[in-house]
Amino acid sequence: MTIPAGIDLTVIWAAIIGFAIVAYVVLDGFDLGIGILFPFIPAGPDRDTAMNSIAPVWDGNETWLVLGGGGLLAAFPLAYAIILPALYVPLITMLLGLVLRGVAFEFRWRDAGHRAWWDRAFALGSTLATFMQGAALGGLLQGVRVVGRGYAGGAWDWFSGFSMLTGISLVLGYALLGACWLNWKTAGSLQRRAVAHARRFGVLLLAAIGAVSLATLGLDADYAARWLALPNVLFTAQVPIATVITTALFYRSLSRGHEVQPFFWALALFGLCIAGLGISIWPDVVPMRVTIWQAAAPLRSQVFMLIGAGVMVPIILAYTGWAYWVFRGKVDGAGYH
Amino acid sequence: MTAFDLARAQFAFTVSFHFLFPAFSIGLASFLAVLEAQWLRTGSGVYANLYRYWLKIFAVVFGMGVVSGLVMSYQFGTNWSVFSDRAGPVIGPLMAYEVLTAFFLEAGFLGVMLFGITKVGRRLHFVATLAVAGGTFISAFWILSVNSWMQTPTGFEMAADGRFMPGPSWVAIIFNPSFPYRLVHTVLAAYLTTAFAVGGVGAWHLLRDAANPGARTMFSMAMWMAAIVAPLQIMAGDAHGINTLAWQPAKVMAMEGHFQSHPHGAPLILFGLPDQARQRVDYAVEVPKLSSLILKHDPDAPLGGLDRVPLADQPPVAIVFWAFRVMVGLGLAMAGLGLWSLVLRLRGRLHASPWLHRAAVAMGPAGFVAVLAGWVVTETGRQPYTVYGLLRTVHSVSPLAAPTVAISLAAFALVYFAVFGMGIVYLLKLMARPPQAHEATLDGIPIRSAGITPAPALDAPQPGAIGEHVA
Ligand code: HDD
Ligand code: HEM
Ligand code: HEM
Repeated sequence: MTIPAGIDLTVIWAAIIGFAIVAYVVLDGFDLGIGILFPFIPAGPDRDTAMNSIAPVWDGNETWLVLGGGGLLAAFPLAYAIILPALYVPLITMLLGLVLRGVAFEFRWRDAGHRAWWDRAFALGSTLATFMQGAALGGLLQGVRVVGRGYAGGAWDWFSGFSMLTGISLVLGYALLGACWLNWKTAGSLQRRAVAHARRFGVLLLAAIGAVSLATLGLDADYAARWLALPNVLFTAQVPIATVITTALFYRSLSRGHEVQPFFWALALFGLCIAGLGISIWPDVVPMRVTIWQAAAPLRSQVFMLIGAGVMVPIILAYTGWAYWVFRGKVDGAGYH
Repeated sequence: MTAFDLARAQFAFTVSFHFLFPAFSIGLASFLAVLEAQWLRTGSGVYANLYRYWLKIFAVVFGMGVVSGLVMSYQFGTNWSVFSDRAGPVIGPLMAYEVLTAFFLEAGFLGVMLFGITKVGRRLHFVATLAVAGGTFISAFWILSVNSWMQTPTGFEMAADGRFMPGPSWVAIIFNPSFPYRLVHTVLAAYLTTAFAVGGVGAWHLLRDAANPGARTMFSMAMWMAAIVAPLQIMAGDAHGINTLAWQPAKVMAMEGHFQSHPHGAPLILFGLPDQARQRVDYAVEVPKLSSLILKHDPDAPLGGLDRVPLADQPPVAIVFWAFRVMVGLGLAMAGLGLWSLVLRLRGRLHASPWLHRAAVAMGPAGFVAVLAGWVVTETGRQPYTVYGLLRTVHSVSPLAAPTVAISLAAFALVYFAVFGMGIVYLLKLMARPPQAHEATLDGIPIRSAGITPAPALDAPQPGAIGEHVA
């Protein structure tokens, strides 16, 4: 097999996995967020509407998580083999949370007598899954013990003040996305409530981003060097500045009564966080331990999958877009119009 | 129990639960596609009603399949990290293809299939049904290729550090020697599972109201499947076994309970109590030479026994032996019921034979049991290896402490029994309701919400909706 000089498939694969993670956060973020907001939405038509606004799409959204996990195994098997045992507790808890919330979509309609219970399961599962995703990220960023080709730490190494902070931050972030989605897709009392939530969670998220950023710098001299040393700082300093500007634009569009823009400003905020994350860890896949090149699958695996991804990802994006288009417009208690 | 035993128990528990749902949804998706095609072709309301009746059930089954499957895709790493590191370069890409070609397809079109009846034209809706059905099949294709490669690994190169690397041809990996047999046998199994579930539901309602048109149609369709597919499945199983004999002889020895080699024709042990410690089968009821006849098509052909396999390389015999008999017994019973229904059909009494209906109700869950038994044969018979002959299960496991896995296993057991137990109750409730002429949404569900699948269509039938032309 000959690959033109200068093309590094490992970097391409890192970009594809990164894309899957971004797609996951963008898409599943808002539907998990609705679960997080569920306790703040009164039972009855408003809850039904909130649920209906995501019912046709949540399964497709979650599939990006399967691609993230499956893609990591395929493209960076060593990273998969180190990270998953290291984050065993948060990941298994996340999966159980996703089980709880996933079945609630169907079950709450089947059993009016227990609907309140399934609503609780939906909220609990969504919040738990989100918190654990954030905590897992924190646990990874603070470094895991590796000996040879395997994880060498204990089951609770991930547990720290830092990982709790990242967990809470993600809950706030997804709640913001959920509120913005409801502002876009619903009307009336639910929409008004969503706007109020969006305002609240916007500030909270900004504070959380600041706290996580500072804490990250304190985690390891390596991270601090990447962000603060010259000339890097000229580039990296743009990220916090852009974050502040984006937040301002978010609030401006919210107070002008825009319905769609705030959602995209919130997404932009997430995009900046992920960019910041990229600056912190690049080019490692297990931060500070294993680089993408050390973990990469052999060339034959990369090429074979690249063909599949090259053909399929555009097709997937096309029909996913179509499915969203079919369910465009406002949702209310009476279904789609 | 060590962390290793617990990890195996956890994987077996979660994958068994998972597979119950795809086994049903692969078959049900195809059944729904047939119903919708029949409705589009004939315009008969019976099919539209049946479609809506089973679509509600499908939505619940599919949801449970998705969430239990999501768990599986992470279990390879959490519990079998060494295996993931070593075999990842080969099996990882196949699983990535499964996500790219199957899971997205299913998930992308599921929303339209469930909620889009009034949103898109009827042809486009049919396309969505077909996409979901196709997706379930493609999913089975890839995951079975992965599993088959672990059973009969080919097309790889061994790296110096013990990792499996892909060889020059991916075809040699994907189409490994046991894959075609496993694919055919498993997909037929999914169809049979669905046929018997649908047939059981139809029969249940016929026993109460023999004139219910929906019940009549579904029972008749299911019995056609039983009569045709069950014999095919027995033939496929036979071919599968012969293939296994070529590649994994120790598994077949365990299935047959052959501790001794038989140079002049091996007997078929119908029943008995395998005693692995003493390497013999107590109280065996045997038919002389039949095993050689089935496996070698020659009554006098020699067959090796487990006396040729060191104890450390033998699979647990009793589990394999009994699971195999459960599967084969149910397969024969299914073919028997299919034949019975055929005879009564020819006599014009298919819908007026309470004993046939009672038998069909009793056989309703048979497919699920047979499918699980079959997987236990396959997976336990492969022991003590994860990659057959090359990587031992003990060497595949993640570096986890026993208490961690014990707690996660307990949590899985708790959540799965509670959640999927309730799900099964809901499924049974849905099935206990007879199909109706104006197949509607469940009582107590606000029709005005789109949460239930075809409700908007009923509320305000629109052109192109599968809600119109109702008988
Ligand atoms: C409805 C389900 C069903 C039925 C009626 C049967 N099977 Fe089966 N069998 C399966 C469902 C299944 C399965 C769950 O799908 C398995 C597990 C792995 C596989 O490939 O198929 C399986 C595995 C399996 C294996 C193991 C192959 C291996 O691991 O290498 C053999 C030898 C057979 N079957 C043979 C039979 C025979 C001779 C049957 C006839 C009576 C039969 N099966 C009926
Ligand atoms: C879907 C139906 C399946 C069922 C019911 C099933 C069942 C089992 C069982 C019972 C075990 C434990 C065996 C033992 O410890 O003696 C096991 C182990 C395992 N199976 Fe499966 N299996 C299924 C499918 C698969 C598939 C499709 C794969 C791979 C893609 C797979 C991979 C494994 C692995 C890696 C183990 C752990 C190692 C081991 O103990 O063998 N299984 N499975
Ligand atoms: C013979 C064994 C298996 C077959 C035939 C199979 C098939 C399927 C099918 C048809 C679905 C779609 C959901 C449904 O219909 O219920 C599904 C879901 C899923 N399966 Fe399995 N599966 C098997 C075993 C496994 C194993 C061992 C894994 C672990 C890697 C796995 C991973 C998944 C995942 C991640 C999903 C969710 C996909 C989504 O979000 O749509 N499956 N499986």
